[in-house]
Amino acid sequence: MSWVFFTEQFLNGFQLGILLFLLAAGLTLVFGIMDLVNLAHGSLYMMGAFFCAQFYDWTDSFLFAIVLAVPATFLLGILVEVVTLRTLYTRNHLDQVLATFGLILIFNEIVLLVWPLEGLSMPVPTYLLGSVNLLFGIEYPIYRLLIILVGLAVAVALYFLVGRTRMGMLIRAGASNRRMLGALGIDVKRLYTLVFGLGALLAGLGGMMMAPILSASSGMGESVLILAFVVIVIGGIGSIRGAFIGAIIAGVIDTMGRSFLDVFLLLFLPANAAEAAGPALSSMLIYVLMAAVLTFRPQGLFPAKTG
Amino acid sequence: MGELASLRTPRGIFATVILGLCAFMPVLAPALDEPFYITVFARIMIWAIAAVSLNLILGYGGMVSFGHACYLGIGGYVVGIMAFHGVTNGFIQWPLALLASGLAALVFGAICLRTRGVYFIMITLAFAQMIYYLSISVEKYGSDDGLTIDFRSEFGGLIDLEERTVIYYVIFFCLVGSLYLVHRVVNSRFGMVVRGSKSNDARMHAIGHPTYRYRLACFVIAGMICGLAGILQANLEKFVSPDMMYWPRSGELIFMVVLGGMGTLFGPVAGALVFLLLADTLSGFTEHWHIIFGPFLILVVLFVHGGIDGLLGRREAAGG
Repeated sequence: MSWVFFTEQFLNGFQLGILLFLLAAGLTLVFGIMDLVNLAHGSLYMMGAFFCAQFYDWTDSFLFAIVLAVPATFLLGILVEVVTLRTLYTRNHLDQVLATFGLILIFNEIVLLVWPLEGLSMPVPTYLLGSVNLLFGIEYPIYRLLIILVGLAVAVALYFLVGRTRMGMLIRAGASNRRMLGALGIDVKRLYTLVFGLGALLAGLGGMMMAPILSASSGMGESVLILAFVVIVIGGIGSIRGAFIGAIIAGVIDTMGRSFLDVFLLLFLPANAAEAAGPALSSMLIYVLMAAVLTFRPQGLFPAKTG
Repeated sequence: MGELASLRTPRGIFATVILGLCAFMPVLAPALDEPFYITVFARIMIWAIAAVSLNLILGYGGMVSFGHACYLGIGGYVVGIMAFHGVTNGFIQWPLALLASGLAALVFGAICLRTRGVYFIMITLAFAQMIYYLSISVEKYGSDDGLTIDFRSEFGGLIDLEERTVIYYVIFFCLVGSLYLVHRVVNSRFGMVVRGSKSNDARMHAIGHPTYRYRLACFVIAGMICGLAGILQANLEKFVSPDMMYWPRSGELIFMVVLGGMGTLFGPVAGALVFLLLADTLSGFTEHWHIIFGPFLILVVLFVHGGIDGLLGRREAAGG
C-alpha cells in the first residue's frame, strides 16, 4: 500500500462523493421545499447519461452533447413534474414513494425500448484523455479531475443561488412556509416546477459526466439513488451544505473501505478471515456509518436551518 | 371484528372465495388441466404472507418500511446456508431462521424507529440494501448467482415437503396462521396501542404508553412473519438469491398492501393475488410489461382509495 495509491483512492472517493452530491442536492431541495420523496430522481440521472451518449452519437462532440443534454434533462424534469408529481405534493409520503416507484419502472422500460442494446457507451473525448501530474508524482486522470472541479463549481454556484439570490430567497421561504409565500403573491406552482427542473438538471449532469466512464444502462440510477438517500440522512434533510459534506464523507469512506479494509483487517485477523470479511464489511461500511450518525444525531450532521 | 364475522357482505364473500381458491387449488388445478396453477398459487400465498406481515406495521402501525423484503431474504438464506452445510432438519432450520429475521428486525427497528416519516422510509431502504450487498459479497454462498438448495427441510418423517401437495398445504396453513396471528395482535391491547400511536404518537405517549417499545415489538413480529415467508420460499423454489431482497421487491410488497387495502386484515392477500396474476398475465404478452404495469401502479395510487377493499364498499364505522 503506497501513499500514491492511497491518494489516488482518496481522489476516487472524492469523485464518487461529488457525483453523490449532484443527486443528493436535487433530492434534498425537492424534499425540503415540496416535501416530496422522489424515488425517480435516479431515473433522471440515468436519462442524463442516455441523452448525453445519444447526442454524442449524433454530433460526435462531447461538448455539444453536454450542451444539448443539460436543457434536455431540465425539460424532462419539468415534464415529469407537470404530468405526475404535481398531483403528489398533497399526498402522504407512502403515495409519493409508490407513485415514483412506478415512474422508475416506466423509465427503465422506456430506456430498454428506445435503446434495446445492452446500454449505450461513449468514449472519453481525446483532449481529456491522459492524466495530469499532481504534487509528489501522483498521476490522476484529467477526466476524473474535471468531474471533481465541475462538481465543486456546482456546489459553489448552488451555495450562492440559495443563499444570495432572489430565487434562493424564495426557495428558503418556500421551505419554511409555503402557504405564506403563496399568500404574498409568489407563484408557488411555478417555483416548484423550476426547483424540480433544477434538481433534474443536477442529477442529469451527474449522469452525463458518468456516461463516458460507466456507459448508460437501464437501472443505473437506483444504486446511486440509494447512496444519495444515505448521504441525505447523514447530512440532514433539506440542507445543501449537509448534502455536500455527507456526500464527500460517504464517497470517500465507501471507496477507501473497498480498497483498504482487508489490509486493515489483516492487522487483527488471520489472512483467510480478513480476505473473507473484507469485501462483506466494506460493502456495509457506509450503512454502519449512517446507523451511527442516526444513533447520535438523528437529525443528521448538518440539519437544515435555512433550507 | 366485522370483517371476520359477516360473510354476507361483498368483503366477506370476496375473502371466502380467495381463501377457498387457495384451499382447493390442488384439487381444482388438475381438474382444469392446469396443474401449473398449484405452484402459482403456492407462490402467491408466500407473497401474501409477506404482505400480511408488512401490513401489520404499514397498515396498522403507520410504519412505512421500504426494506421489508430483506426479512424474506434473511429467512430464506438461513435455510439455504444451513442446507449448504448439511443441516436439513427443519426443527433446527426453521426456528433459527425465524430467530435470525427477528433479530435483524430488532436491530434495524431499534435504529429506524428513532426516526419518523421520510427518514424512516430511507433508512429501512438503506438497511435492506446493506443486507442485499452483504449477500452479494459473500462468494461462499453463491454471491450474485444465489444458492441452490438440494433438499427441502426435513421434519423427521412427519411432514414430507418434497411432496407437492404437502408443501402446498404447509404454505396454506402458514398463511391462515399469519392472518389469525395478525388478527389477534391487532385487536389486542398491544395492537390498540400500536394503532393509537399511528394516529397520534404524542398522545399515546402522554397517556402513559411507552410507544417506542410497542412499535419495536410490532416491527419484530412483522419481521419474523416475513422471515417465515422467506423460509417457505426457499423450500418451495429450492433456491435463494440476493434478488429475493433487492429493493424493488420491497416496493412491490408495499404495492400489494396498498392495492389490497392498507390496514385491513384480508387486503394484502387480495393485493398479492391480483398483483402476481396481473404480472404473470402482462409478462405473457410482452417482456416490456413494466411499461403497462408502471402507469397502472401510479393510477391505483392516485385514484383508488382504500385499494380493492375500498372498492368492495364502504367499511362499517364499527369500533376499532
